[in-house]
Amino acid sequence: MLLEAHTVLAAQDLTVELGGLPVLRGITISVRAGEAVALMGGNGSGKSTLVRTLLGLLPHQRGAVRLFGAPLGDFRDWARIGYVPQRSMTMLGGSKVKEIVAAGRLARRRLFRPLSRDDRDAVRNAIALVGLSDQLNADIAALSGGQQQRVLIARALAGRPDLLVLDEPTSGVDLEHQRALADVLAGLLSAGTSVLVVLHDVGPLGGLLDRAVVLSGGRVAHDGPIGDLGQHGRHLSGHEHLDHGQPVVHDHDTGTESLLGGAIEP
Amino acid sequence: MIEILTYPFMQRALIAALLTGLIAPAIGTYIVQRRLSLLGDGLGHVALAGVGLALLTGTAPIPLAVVACIAGAVVVELLRQHGKATGDVGLAILFYGGLAAGVFLSGISGVGAGGLAQYLFGSLTTVTAGDLRLIAVLAIVILVTTLGLAPQLYAVSTDEEFARTQGLQVRFYNIAVVSLAAITVALAMRTVGLLLVSALMVVPVAAARNLVRGFTAALICAVAIGVVTAVGGAAASFYVDAAPGAFIVLLAITVFVLSWPLSYLLRRRRLAAVPELVDDDELVASHTVTESHPHHHAPGCGHPAVQHGDHTDFIHQGHRHAAHADHYDEH
Repeated sequence: MLLEAHTVLAAQDLTVELGGLPVLRGITISVRAGEAVALMGGNGSGKSTLVRTLLGLLPHQRGAVRLFGAPLGDFRDWARIGYVPQRSMTMLGGSKVKEIVAAGRLARRRLFRPLSRDDRDAVRNAIALVGLSDQLNADIAALSGGQQQRVLIARALAGRPDLLVLDEPTSGVDLEHQRALADVLAGLLSAGTSVLVVLHDVGPLGGLLDRAVVLSGGRVAHDGPIGDLGQHGRHLSGHEHLDHGQPVVHDHDTGTESLLGGAIEP
Repeated sequence: MIEILTYPFMQRALIAALLTGLIAPAIGTYIVQRRLSLLGDGLGHVALAGVGLALLTGTAPIPLAVVACIAGAVVVELLRQHGKATGDVGLAILFYGGLAAGVFLSGISGVGAGGLAQYLFGSLTTVTAGDLRLIAVLAIVILVTTLGLAPQLYAVSTDEEFARTQGLQVRFYNIAVVSLAAITVALAMRTVGLLLVSALMVVPVAAARNLVRGFTAALICAVAIGVVTAVGGAAASFYVDAAPGAFIVLLAITVFVLSWPLSYLLRRRRLAAVPELVDDDELVASHTVTESHPHHHAPGCGHPAVQHGDHTDFIHQGHRHAAHADHYDEH
């Protein structure tokens, strides 16, 4: 395979059982460098399970996962990965926005050392990128659901990852903020970041996606250009934004400015 | 107040109380964050098994209590990690197993269950110089860990899965947290006592969260409250000649109760710091619309309301928001 060297994430024949029941059966999936891939499927199709297995958060019974070419068990370069979990999975109430986002620097920090100037800059930039600079010291519990989601995205961005993995970042977020998220992701993609995003609906992110992988019953039901999704129809909304399966070039002010007002770092 | 410092046993007791007040809320902050507020109680019961063993063998109680506590804490954490027991079932087994073993061992040692009483509620006169040295060394270990590894422990306590994607050895940190809590419980049996030590790990944290914003600020504030209440309670118990644990915990709960009106006053002061009201002409001239505002302000919505001429403003993150048609203006 010519593109092997440029594959940032690959899973081969992945089988996962939870409580003895098979949830994923022989999944093969890959994300190439700079690619934006959507992981879709109905409730219970195994989207979140797959994402968490790919990151080593859940054990798998069969198959292999490689992150940036390394087998999952040997992978140590966690600073290259930014994970945005589902909002409901966290217990972050009582923390300031900047405290939460600073946790995104941990993979780059050594023990018993305070935040470096570089760490602080990265935290501030990540918060600016999602448009929350005026909420640095706010308690996350005082923010709206959409703002909380942006805090989790900023946390993942603070480590300046090469691969961003987002688990349903648009659920419970209004359309305006979904569009804002699309702009943030567009800037990252133009800077060469790879994206794997779990989506229930394509929504405003559709224009950014190179490919969609649709799960059904724990298997890959579709893997291809997002325009081909029409026949699977039901989870595809707003596909009028799509360019009939052609790779979408997102013209976006050369990626230096986000709609949310923060500067995107190249 | 000065006279109690002339008694050597009281000097030792006050230093022990000071150290307990420092370490209990420091580790308690992470325990509360992980929703394991009752862990300290379970560990207190396990420590009794160590005390019972010490009575039986005629050795010093604190070292054996430390060992028993750590063993119990690690077992429960491993059971939790491997999904063999949920948090509360594991804690229940700790409670009953530890208490039964303590009573049983003290019984066959000939001392009887009554001999355990001084460890249940603290006893100022029993702190020996050897105890104090051990307490000081372990207190330093706990403080260095809870403050020095604060970023890692914070991440593991708030969002375990994210912490793992940052390459943190989550299992190690989780075991470290419960082990440090176990040491804290065993050390506190001379001052607050095993039945009440959990309160000193939880109540100052709860009060601090009312008073200040943010995890780090709450950690520091909780430690300050812990020190004041532990030393204050120990000193008070000298004059009334009662078990120090009760005074310390009642003082801490008093601070917690006062933290509600205090947090209200603090909010009022922040509100007063908002700039003076401007004239209505200027208001019209400076029609600044707030950015996206999903929240609907109404009386009782949690944002302080201020009367502003003919309408009501709501203080929202240091801004005054006034309803105007379908949006909010910055006033």
